[in-house]
Amino acid sequence: MKPSHNGPRWLNLFSFASPMQFYPLAGRLIPLFMVAALLFCAVGLWLGFAIAPSDAQQGEGYRIIFLHVPTSWMAMFIYIVMAFWSVMHLVLRTRLSAMMAQALAPTGALMAFLSLLTGALWGKPMWGTWWVWDARLTSMLLLFFLYLGFIALTRSIDEPDRSDKAGSVLAIVGVFNVPVIYFSVKWWNTLHQGASISMENGSSMASTMLIAMLLMSLAAWMYSIATCLSRVRTLILQRESRTRWVKERIAQEEK
Amino acid sequence: MSSPRFFAAIVRRDLLLAWQQRGDLLVGVVFFVLVACLFPLAIGPEPKLLARIGPGVLWVAVILANLLALPRLFNNDWQDGSLEQLLLSPAPASVMVAGKLTAHWLTTGIPLTLVAPLLGIQYGLESDTLLMLMGSLLLGTPTLSALGSIGAALTLGVRQGEMLLALLVLPLYAPVLIFGSGAVAAVAGGLSGMAELSLLAAILCGTLFLAPWLAAMAVRLAIE
Repeated sequence: MKPSHNGPRWLNLFSFASPMQFYPLAGRLIPLFMVAALLFCAVGLWLGFAIAPSDAQQGEGYRIIFLHVPTSWMAMFIYIVMAFWSVMHLVLRTRLSAMMAQALAPTGALMAFLSLLTGALWGKPMWGTWWVWDARLTSMLLLFFLYLGFIALTRSIDEPDRSDKAGSVLAIVGVFNVPVIYFSVKWWNTLHQGASISMENGSSMASTMLIAMLLMSLAAWMYSIATCLSRVRTLILQRESRTRWVKERIAQEEK
Repeated sequence: MSSPRFFAAIVRRDLLLAWQQRGDLLVGVVFFVLVACLFPLAIGPEPKLLARIGPGVLWVAVILANLLALPRLFNNDWQDGSLEQLLLSPAPASVMVAGKLTAHWLTTGIPLTLVAPLLGIQYGLESDTLLMLMGSLLLGTPTLSALGSIGAALTLGVRQGEMLLALLVLPLYAPVLIFGSGAVAAVAGGLSGMAELSLLAAILCGTLFLAPWLAAMAVRLAIE
């Protein structure tokens, strides 16, 4: 089962599509991404909560933006990445791609949930209500349900092969639907409710705010990669528990 | 057998099977009527209010009735093994799925579309609104069946499949619901509603293009 080495090993990227090759690589990468996440988070929070000026209209309450915007971006982005790995799985039939998709889903659901939660906490003092049937809020809620459906489906099928493929099909259907949902909800609102509360107050943002927000986004990104990789490692161990390399590895770790 | 003939044979077979179990078809329609009748009981029989919520309530009830009928799409054939036989035929599996969902639409979507105006009258909708209600249902229900077929195929034989089916399919139904009920509400508000109808038609084209292929992939997974 040794991969063919033509040229230096680090050039042969496809050899990492094998779970056996990927497992140690992921193990080495996780601490790097975790440290990066902590660094970005520390600097971002310091910049956001200590240095950035308070907002002219919203006072100090706006500072939740440093959690709200990064989590919202990640929630949408992770679904696209999930769909990308699903296509890879269906086209190239690599098992690792499906595992990546399944490892991403809980992080995506968490991000969508945090985005909704921080949005509600922000909305209460600013708009005077926890929830508005606004286009962005509603489409994020539906995205959250799409994540839950994906997780529930892949977890309730026991055969790994079927679970992988079923999840891939669902993720692809979902990625077609996400823009449709977004625009349908947007038009639904603009057509029938008149102007609802706009969230576009970012244009006049101070540069420290923007930098803090970008740093927090990078932190969310690094955190997502780290958790996804560690979840993939668990999945690999589960799936390959009967193979020799896993048994040897576990025996080594027990020593 | 060529693909069009195979398609026609599947539609004929499924319609015959559905006709033999007419009671099952009636259950969906009765459910639709019941849900629609519960709303005036719950929120009060004020005519103006009923006319305003009518389109939305009827659309939600159609979606729930459709969801109730979805497991029937593949489940019986899967249990008695005929789905496996159908997959063995030389014609593409997507043609078989397309035939099955056409029959499913004819036996669920069409009856619901025909019953909806009666309930619309009970909600006090005007005649042009009723017409748009039927039009939007005619365009929307095939999309529901097509999207639902993917969900039904994915949850075939899965633990708590029917609960899971609702979780998978309802978020995907949201755009159809919004544009469908939006078209009716637009007509009720004095607009033409053609924009929403065009969007429904566009969604229908997109789903009809992709759904049979994806559902066929999912059906093959359940058989393996």
